[in-house]
Amino acid sequence: MWTRDQQAARAAQELKDGFYVNLGIGMPTLVANHIPDGIDVTLQSENGMLGMGPFPYAGEEDPDLINAGKQTITELDRTSYFSSADSFAMIRGGHVDLSILGAMEVAENGDIANWMIPGKMVKGMGGAMDLVAGVKKIIVLMEHNARDGSAKFKTACTLPLTGKGVVDMVISELAVLARPAKGALFRLIELAPGVDLETLRARTEGHFEA
Amino acid sequence: MANKLYPDAKAALDGLLFDGMTIMSGGFGLCGIPENLIAALRDSGVKGITAISNNAGVDGFGLGLLLETRQIARMISSYVGENKEFERQYLAGELQLEFNPQGTLAERIRAGGAGIPGFYTKTGVGTLVADGKEHKDFNGETYILETGLVADVSIVKAWKADPYGNLVFRKTARNFNPVMATAGKVTVVEVEELVGPGELDPDGIHTPGIFVQRLIVGTDYEKRIEQRTVREPGNPAAGEKA
Repeated sequence: MWTRDQQAARAAQELKDGFYVNLGIGMPTLVANHIPDGIDVTLQSENGMLGMGPFPYAGEEDPDLINAGKQTITELDRTSYFSSADSFAMIRGGHVDLSILGAMEVAENGDIANWMIPGKMVKGMGGAMDLVAGVKKIIVLMEHNARDGSAKFKTACTLPLTGKGVVDMVISELAVLARPAKGALFRLIELAPGVDLETLRARTEGHFEA
Repeated sequence: MANKLYPDAKAALDGLLFDGMTIMSGGFGLCGIPENLIAALRDSGVKGITAISNNAGVDGFGLGLLLETRQIARMISSYVGENKEFERQYLAGELQLEFNPQGTLAERIRAGGAGIPGFYTKTGVGTLVADGKEHKDFNGETYILETGLVADVSIVKAWKADPYGNLVFRKTARNFNPVMATAGKVTVVEVEELVGPGELDPDGIHTPGIFVQRLIVGTDYEKRIEQRTVREPGNPAAGEKA
């Protein structure tokens, strides 16, 4: 099994030199710590920044400089700032190469649900629907099972969708599942150390090719 | 030159406000919000506001101030997770809420400001957002129709302005502010600094003065930080809450 940090490191292996990347809130943020040597990526923050730098040192926080998670951050020598409309023109116009985000459910047909649980207070989808609809490649970083043990990679999503047929790869603590194209079946790409196919199958609901 | 400069936020909003009006308010979270103009809206007592804003502030600050006083009847937003009073009013049925995907919200405002009544987008296809909306295929892909948004008044926060209303924003405090400036029937702007004519580089102006009708120099900026996060030694991305 992979730890959260190892999961993030595995996701970082999907980064390619020159990529523009949007990282979601939570575990996806950790991917920035594992960018492989020799790979240069530019991080996009949907509140209006390309070239997101690390968190500031204590005392150097700037209230005018935050990421989409509203955390204080810093700029780099490549940084540019722009409006929300320009930011989503990048996202919706297919200019961002990769988005790594979390999910509550992913279905075997690539549907993703990550914004709403009926009956609970809904906080909103933020930029998630735009990201999954517009970014070239979508990787989901999530725990393999929900707290009640149910599989999060399902035959069909039960929660309201964020996007339909949009997910390309799922990285959990157990395995990497991916498909070569939207519309194709998911395939097992890699098992985490100490995990066998039987365990993975037992803990997965959605269909994938081994 | 038409005088766009007003002495303070109250004066800048004078004659523009009426119950049931639609107001766009710039900012992302608490970053780049028009603090002075929001306070003046609260003091004005105007009610039944439809507020178009990416977020709803926090309890006691930002648009949270107008929620506390029940001046907002309806919100069009993409994410409202940081406000308990908002949640209470929403669950009690006292507040209407329309969620828009953030990019759809930004584009609706951009379209409204540009005189475009509607546009098609892939965002939200196959989700609750698409319910009741026209679907249309282009080049084999399905899109939904979204409409442009305009406001009776847009309130905007910029960093610097000149007396002509040309604006420059600072870092990620820009966010929704420039698009909202284009989509207000009247756009009222507050800035941290007013500079003289010719002091802004014409090539560096983010919002041309044509979009700005009224202008004030704001005072007492709090610029609250929602998630103060600092670098952890050896772990620049992980960070820790300060």
